Amino acid sequence: MESGLRVLLLTGLVAATTGCSLFGRDEPPMEDAGASAPVISPEVERREITTPKIDTEDFEITAYLGQISVEDFGSNFIYGARVGYHVSESLFLEGTYAMSGDVDRSSVEVLDNIDLLGDDRDYSYYDLAVGWNLLPGEVFIGRNRAFNSALYVIGGAGNTSFAGEDLFTLTFGAGYRVLATDSIALRFDVRNHMFDNDVTGEDKTTHNIEFNLGVSWFF
Amino acid sequence: MRQFILIAALVFLPSVTPAYGKTSHYEAVVAEPFLELHTGPGRGFPVFHVVDKGEQIDVVKRRTDWFQVRTAKGVEGWVKLEQMAGTLDTAGRPTALDDPTADDYVGRRWEVGLQLGDLDGASVISLYGGYHFTRNLSTELRVGDISGDYSSGWIATADIVHQPFPEWRVSPYAALGTGVIHIEPAATLVQTEDRTDQVGHVGLGLRMYVTRRFMFRGEYNSYLTFTSRDDNEELDEWKAGFAFFF
Repeated sequence: MESGLRVLLLTGLVAATTGCSLFGRDEPPMEDAGASAPVISPEVERREITTPKIDTEDFEITAYLGQISVEDFGSNFIYGARVGYHVSESLFLEGTYAMSGDVDRSSVEVLDNIDLLGDDRDYSYYDLAVGWNLLPGEVFIGRNRAFNSALYVIGGAGNTSFAGEDLFTLTFGAGYRVLATDSIALRFDVRNHMFDNDVTGEDKTTHNIEFNLGVSWFF
Repeated sequence: MRQFILIAALVFLPSVTPAYGKTSHYEAVVAEPFLELHTGPGRGFPVFHVVDKGEQIDVVKRRTDWFQVRTAKGVEGWVKLEQMAGTLDTAGRPTALDDPTADDYVGRRWEVGLQLGDLDGASVISLYGGYHFTRNLSTELRVGDISGDYSSGWIATADIVHQPFPEWRVSPYAALGTGVIHIEPAATLVQTEDRTDQVGHVGLGLRMYVTRRFMFRGEYNSYLTFTSRDDNEELDEWKAGFAFFF
């Protein structure tokens, strides 16, 4: 198409459309005829939607004390902290860091009077786990008191620092949480920490069972 | 001792932050025929009280999809999100609640995740945080803890991630990044030197939106380590895990 013709057509189109709207505007509105005041006020108040500030308590922080049985190296006192995030009423994610002092001497070390670990006797671990509130419920103490509770299962992975090495660790277990108030809970946990280790001379998978008692706070 | 202080700080720090929302609770009016109060925030907890239409309630707090409310008579209980959404505020507007959906997922800004996997025979636990500039483009910081039979260490990279089809429920992405890898040989082996080298990598992965703020994520990365020795080293990494957005 020639550009001249195109311009002509466009001009015509623009004239027609603006003309239409102009005529439209000139026409007196039907409702105004004879009416002195508008029946309906056209002003609509703008609705502003804001999410109300409601205190959410999806995070849980725990401090705990317990005992861990380090395979071949006796039962040892352990303490740690956990930070959890509750994704839904059932599912939560939790990170844990815990440490024990120097582990006990193994029977081999005692009997042969040797030192397998030297300066590397301290034991600590961290893990990141996914928990599932398997059996939520209530516990009743006496006639008038009920406390919310949950039995949960949890599993994850992390790293254990022991015998001068960083050992990839799988951890799984179960726990019981009783809410003393709406925000404070008591927790009892049992965990198995599994890692491969060659400290005693043979390569083997060790199972390190931990029991602990903790207090947690939701915020 | 230093670690003990760290733990103590971690546990007690939130308790010194100012108590917010303690005095002014959100007030709502029941608009449906009735509102059910459960004894706890979860499935199975029985309904023990019912609030009638038109009555006012105080919303004390929220835990996941449950709201703790207090009635005018002082009865406290937990209300499900679906029922809470049927209330009005004191001005008569519907209560707006934060209920993340697939739309929020597509338009997300921040993302945090955790992955487990294998880095050339060693186990790797990886944590990442990402910020989305646009729906397609994001930047990520990733930190990985490596533990193998013969060595352990860590890897940290900064990445640019491109997701061509962000609205798909299962959506592929490509990543390009650079960072540092640190390797320490195991203590039971003959002592060799620790190494810290620069790495560059390309990666391909899949994100899958699961529900609410949750997504699944799996990826493959090919790392090239720029060593000071004669040969550059190539490492393959496979990992998968969960992430959530906010």
